[in-house]
Amino acid sequence: MSDAGLHTLTGAYALHALPEPERREFERHLGDCAACSVEVLEFSETATRLGLAVSAAPSRELRERVLREIATVRQEPPPGGRRTRPGATGQHGAGRTRRWPAFALAASLAAAAAFGGVAAWQNQVAQDARQEARAAQEANTRLVQVLAAPDAKSRSGTLEDGATGTVVVSESQDRAVFLASGLAEAPGGKVYQLWFDDGGTMRSAGLMRASGDSPTTYATLLDGPVDGATGMGVTVEPAGGSAQPTSAPLALMSLPA
Amino acid sequence: MKEAVHISGLASAGPDLQELLGMVARGDQDAFSQVYEAVCGPVLGLVRSVLRDPAQSEEVAQEVLVEVWRTAPRFQAARGSAMNWVLTLAHHRAVDRVRSVEATTAREHKAALLDRTPAFDDVTEQVETRLEREQVRRCMRTLSELQRESVTLAYYRGLTYREVAELLAAPLGTIKTRLRDGLIRLRDCLGVSA
Ligand SMILES: [Zn+2]
Repeated sequence: MSDAGLHTLTGAYALHALPEPERREFERHLGDCAACSVEVLEFSETATRLGLAVSAAPSRELRERVLREIATVRQEPPPGGRRTRPGATGQHGAGRTRRWPAFALAASLAAAAAFGGVAAWQNQVAQDARQEARAAQEANTRLVQVLAAPDAKSRSGTLEDGATGTVVVSESQDRAVFLASGLAEAPGGKVYQLWFDDGGTMRSAGLMRASGDSPTTYATLLDGPVDGATGMGVTVEPAGGSAQPTSAPLALMSLPA
Repeated sequence: MKEAVHISGLASAGPDLQELLGMVARGDQDAFSQVYEAVCGPVLGLVRSVLRDPAQSEEVAQEVLVEVWRTAPRFQAARGSAMNWVLTLAHHRAVDRVRSVEATTAREHKAALLDRTPAFDDVTEQVETRLEREQVRRCMRTLSELQRESVTLAYYRGLTYREVAELLAAPLGTIKTRLRDGLIRLRDCLGVSA
């Protein structure tokens, strides 16, 4: 099926209404399409609201049976090993082994921002940060604050080689976060540098930082306020970064309005 | 004794259920009984909406709730709310069951499909979910008839979009699109997006 056709399957997928071969095909597409991935997460949360609306009163016996049974059922070990057991249950693929696409971090960060369900992220980020310098910790906290802002807005785009970039902006905090995934390491000791685009003038917003999870996943709080910038860009620069871009941008994205 | 954690039926994105699931993931049975109280109503209601048969629904709900205990270490808050995780599990289980039953009792299934009773009207109303129900009902009314029927048959009845298309005698492409634009409208009406 064409990509354009696949984009319209987000609704059916989120409602578990795709028959088997089409579900698999769509999941492959999800791996390359941040827009669909975010939409699926939103639709899934929407479906949850529909589910809450049909709540029914269970019998007392059900409670007793369940509580009795769990006392004898061994829990799965926490994930950590990369291996998923056959028949294991993933969050969006109950009863099926489901490998999350590479940009799931970016999509889920954007989704966390969208749903305010960021408390656990805050914990996790805070935990990671404990092992880092204090400055990094502050940056992480700010990063989470931007993602968690009630007015956070995001926009996704495709970088080169199928990499995906998502920019999240909070107008009230005047800060922006850039998430990228599937991006190969910058060549030959070079670095990725971020820029605010002030109507064609590029203002440095610092270097991109790989996230702890994966060397190809980046989550970076842009240095400095958005301050009315209309877009942002990414360039490859010599180690340490440059005052002005010295190469053509890998990506230029306009900021979400 | 831990301090009681208040959970309302609406806490789909709230941190309480998330925290409790985190405790469950570390083997806390006491926390599990609190998670049970928060999710058992929606789990049973959703499963029953898909399966219709009360006895079978309790059986599947039990499986789902035990699975919540067993797989709690897999829950990741960044991938959606705790309630979303639980109800996704419940919906999958119910849909799997109805699709396997379908093969053996095709006729019975077809009869169930043709029963277009709005899904919310056939379950016991609980005070804590009335607000949610009112809101969903109100937002459902903003959909076109075809959007509403498509979403209802797919989600509340567990049909594939192909079955929905057959039942509503509409082209496949139309149903795909109606599911998507129906959900966009519901998402915006329910305030799910940023
Ligand atoms: Zn897509």
